[in-house]
Amino acid sequence: MSQVILEISHLHKVFDTVTVIEDLSLTVHEGEVVVIIGPSGCGKSTLLRCINALETIQGGEIKLHGNTVSKNSKDLHEIRQKIGMVFQNYELFPHMTVLDNVMLAPVKAQGRKKSEVREEALALLKRVGLESKADSYPRQLSGGQKQRTAIVRALCMHPEILLFDEVTAALDPQMVREVLEVILDLANAGKTMLVVTHEMQFARAVADRIVFFDDGQIIEQAAPDEFFDHPKTDKAKQFLNTFTFERDRSTTNRA
Amino acid sequence: MFSDMLIKLWDNGIIQRGIWETVYMTVISSLIAYVIGLPIGVILNITDKDGIRPIFIVNRILSLIVNFFRSIPFIILMVAMLPVAKFIVGVSLGNQAMIVMLVIAAAPYVARMVESSLKEVDAGVIEAAQSMGTNNFQIVWKVLLPEAKPSLIVGAVISMVTILGYSAMAATIGGTGLGQIAISYGHQRFNPDVTWCCVFLTVIIVQIIQELGTWIAHKTDKRYAS
Repeated sequence: MSQVILEISHLHKVFDTVTVIEDLSLTVHEGEVVVIIGPSGCGKSTLLRCINALETIQGGEIKLHGNTVSKNSKDLHEIRQKIGMVFQNYELFPHMTVLDNVMLAPVKAQGRKKSEVREEALALLKRVGLESKADSYPRQLSGGQKQRTAIVRALCMHPEILLFDEVTAALDPQMVREVLEVILDLANAGKTMLVVTHEMQFARAVADRIVFFDDGQIIEQAAPDEFFDHPKTDKAKQFLNTFTFERDRSTTNRA
Repeated sequence: MFSDMLIKLWDNGIIQRGIWETVYMTVISSLIAYVIGLPIGVILNITDKDGIRPIFIVNRILSLIVNFFRSIPFIILMVAMLPVAKFIVGVSLGNQAMIVMLVIAAAPYVARMVESSLKEVDAGVIEAAQSMGTNNFQIVWKVLLPEAKPSLIVGAVISMVTILGYSAMAATIGGTGLGQIAISYGHQRFNPDVTWCCVFLTVIIVQIIQELGTWIAHKTDKRYAS
């Protein structure tokens, strides 16, 4: 087996009195694409936020390459630089151009050379079809373009793992595809990713492993074909059923 | 049409000097008030419990100090701070002393203005910056302040207009400027047209500050189509 990138063990997360994540353990290997699915409000996004120390945790441990990720870590800034996060609502800096959005952290946080970062940023923007938008401001972009910019912004940090938090949930249907194609492209390029999504077809296509998550726990995990075709637990079956629609025509009243 | 007094004041250049003194006091006081108030506003924002570096005790103490100075009416604050002015600039009369008063009165006001402007910055954007491993100094300098710029400029305009108003009040204890002309030549010597002339000039100064500030704020705002 390839190298372990992310190791979560016995994670506990409590908001006030509500337990959101309970005794969760999950390991992600290098080059692996793990897709987390589950009902809304089950703690998927919270899990991603914990991995980036945007949330404090009440128990357990999160390790990236053996380094503990926690709000109290002394090298938290360096660890965070290795974790690329893409948010549902893009969270681009509104007063910066696309290029400045991408360049800010590599230049300021990582202290890399401006000219080198600029070159890379432009190349990455080109890769996602946004080379003409480098000098635009976020407000001038469509939702899909904003999200592609956010992905480039994360990529330009050379992260060891990318976290995608329902990145298409705020997008119009026709823009979903352009974003998902970028993620598929990254998967093919061997990037390690942890993806939270509600797009089941996409999950099936991109994932090396599906993790089904409910009530703050991992209920089931399996290879995508196996999970979608032969879910083992009732909860997973029930969840997958919410995506199929059938009309019982025998009872239609045509009077 | 105009009283002899007004014509004399104009011919002797006293009104012109009054305009200059008012503008000078307002601008210098505003600048110094921002040098002090801006960092305080930033610290108030970041040490708040929702801020990027919550420190309860620092936030509480600064907040109390700011509230203390803000709750004293300016006219009382001026009298109370005369010894402070004397200590800092060596005199308790004239423009320099008045600038000290104006700064003491305005800096806490500016701090609150800055704090509320920074609060408007989207929390998600700050989290994005944190998630990329930027440190707090970089977040303040590269994200918080730039993203709040249009709002900060609008706040600066409001602060300047307030300071201008204070500067007229400072005339009662030895300040100069249009306020002093209105009081000593207009009010005390019964020349209503001198008073109204000062009012008119003040309105024009306020209007210029307002228009200029709004224009700059609009220019720097990249969130909406311009």
